[in-house]
Amino acid sequence: MKVETGAVTGRPVIVIEQLCKRWGSNIVLDGFDLVVREEENVVVMGKSGTGKSVLIKCIIGLLQPDSGRIRVFDKNIPELDHDELDRIRAKVGFLFQSNALYDSMTVRKNLEFPLRRHWIELSQEKVNELVMEALGNVGLAHTVDMMPEELSGGMRKRVALARTLILKPEIILYDEPTTGLDPVTGREISRLIVELQKKYHTSSIIISHDMHCVRLTADRIAVLAGGKCRSMGTYEELEHSADEEVKQFFE
Amino acid sequence: MILPTKFREFLSETGDMAHFTGRLFAQGSKPRYEFRELVWQCYMIGYRSLPLVGLTGFIMGLVLTMQLRPSLLDYGVESQLPVMVGIAIVREIGPVITALIFAGKIGSSIGAELGSMRVTEQIDAMEVSGTNPFKYLVVTRVVAATLMLPVLVILSDAISLYGAYLGVNIRSVTSFHLFFRQIFDSLSFGDVLPAFVKTFFFGFAVGIVGCHKGYNSRKGTEGVGRSANSAVVLSSILIFIIDLIVVQVTDLLGLN
Repeated sequence: MKVETGAVTGRPVIVIEQLCKRWGSNIVLDGFDLVVREEENVVVMGKSGTGKSVLIKCIIGLLQPDSGRIRVFDKNIPELDHDELDRIRAKVGFLFQSNALYDSMTVRKNLEFPLRRHWIELSQEKVNELVMEALGNVGLAHTVDMMPEELSGGMRKRVALARTLILKPEIILYDEPTTGLDPVTGREISRLIVELQKKYHTSSIIISHDMHCVRLTADRIAVLAGGKCRSMGTYEELEHSADEEVKQFFE
Repeated sequence: MILPTKFREFLSETGDMAHFTGRLFAQGSKPRYEFRELVWQCYMIGYRSLPLVGLTGFIMGLVLTMQLRPSLLDYGVESQLPVMVGIAIVREIGPVITALIFAGKIGSSIGAELGSMRVTEQIDAMEVSGTNPFKYLVVTRVVAATLMLPVLVILSDAISLYGAYLGVNIRSVTSFHLFFRQIFDSLSFGDVLPAFVKTFFFGFAVGIVGCHKGYNSRKGTEGVGRSANSAVVLSSILIFIIDLIVVQVTDLLGLN
C-alpha cells in the first residue's frame, strides 16, 4: 500500500472541470471533476460501462467531450489544434488496455515508432540506446527483435509500458493495466508502475477495478458513478466510507 | 416521404465515402509526407502481387486464345486470332480481370489490416504517438494502389499475350516476331490510352474502398471480417461501373 505523502501538494498538471460526454441518449460523463497533481497517482474506479475509458480518451484528445474543460499543463485539450495537441501528447503517455502493439512490427520498431515521430533529429545510435534503456526498465531487453505475437500477455503489457515511457512523459494514463493478466503478473505490473513513477517522477491516472493494483499504486482514488466523481480519498479513507456505492469495491 | 431503410443506409454510406475521399485529398496534399511508408506499401501492394497477377494473366491469355480459335476457324479467319486476342486483352480483359484479382487480394488485405488495427486500438496508439494515422495508413495505401495497379496491368497484359502466343502455337505455328508484330500493328492510341488511364481509377477505387471499410471498422473480429468482405464486393462493383463510364466516354470521343 502506498503511504507516500506530499505528492498531493504539488502543482496541478491535469484539471478536469464539469466534463460531459454522451452517446445518443446514454449519458456517460455528467459533470465530472478531477485534479491530478505533480508526481501523484490517481486511480479512477467505477463499475464497467461508467465511462472510465471515455474519460482518459477525452484527456488525451482521442474523444471530444460535449462540454467541460480538460486542462493539461494549462492547455484546454478540446480547443487545441492538431500541432498543439501533438506537443502535449509528447509529454503524455497512454497505456492501452489492449496494449495496442503494432503487430506488423518488431518490439524494436514498436519502440522506435514514437521516437521517430517526436524526436526526428536523433541518430540511430541514440535511438538504439533509448530503446534498450526502455526495455531494460521493464526487464525485457532480450525481446528487442521479437514480434508481439511471440510474447506472452504479461510481456506484451511490459513492452507496451516501455513504449509508453520511451519519450519520458510527465503524465501517464493507464487504461486497466492489469486486466487479463494473472494475479502474480498483475502485481508485478502494479509494482513496475510504482517503480517507474518514482524513477521518472511522473503523474498518473490509472483506470482500474483490480483492487490489488489500486492498493499498490494509488495516492488517491476517485470513484466514478452516475457520470460524476462520487467520492475521492485515499485507500484507507474509502475503505471505511459510509457510501454503499463506494464500499462495494472494498468488500 | 419516408425512404426505405436500405436506401437510407446506401445514401449514408455514399456520403461517408465521399467525406472520406475528400479528407484523403485534403490531408494527402499537406506535409508531412510519408514517403518511406509509401515506398513500403508500393512494395507490399505491387511487388507482392506479381506472382498472382502473372499467373492469372498467363492463364487468361492461353484460355482466351483456345476458346476463340474454333469460332474463328468456322469463319476462316484464324489468321486474325493474334489481333483479336491482343485487342481484347489490352482494351478490356487485361485491365478488368487484373483489377478484380487486385480487388480480391489487396482490397481484402487492406480492409482486414486496417480493421484489425482499428479494433485493437493500434490506430489510436498511432494517433497518441504523434502520427496522423490517416496520412500514415490511408493516404499511403491509396496512392500505392493507384500507382501499382497500372504497372501490374501492363505486366499482366504482357504475360497474357505471351500465354496467347503459346496458345496459338498449340495448333499452328506462328513465330514470336510475327505474332507480336500483328498485335502491335493493330493496336491504336484509342486502344491503349483509355485502357491505361482507367487502371488508375481502378487502383484508386480498390485503395479507397479497402481503406474506408477497414479504417471505420467496428464490432470486433466480426466487423473486421465484414470490412474485408465488403471491401472486395464494393470495389469489384466500382470497377465495373468505372469501366462502363470509361466505355461511354471513349465512345463519345470516337475512340472505340
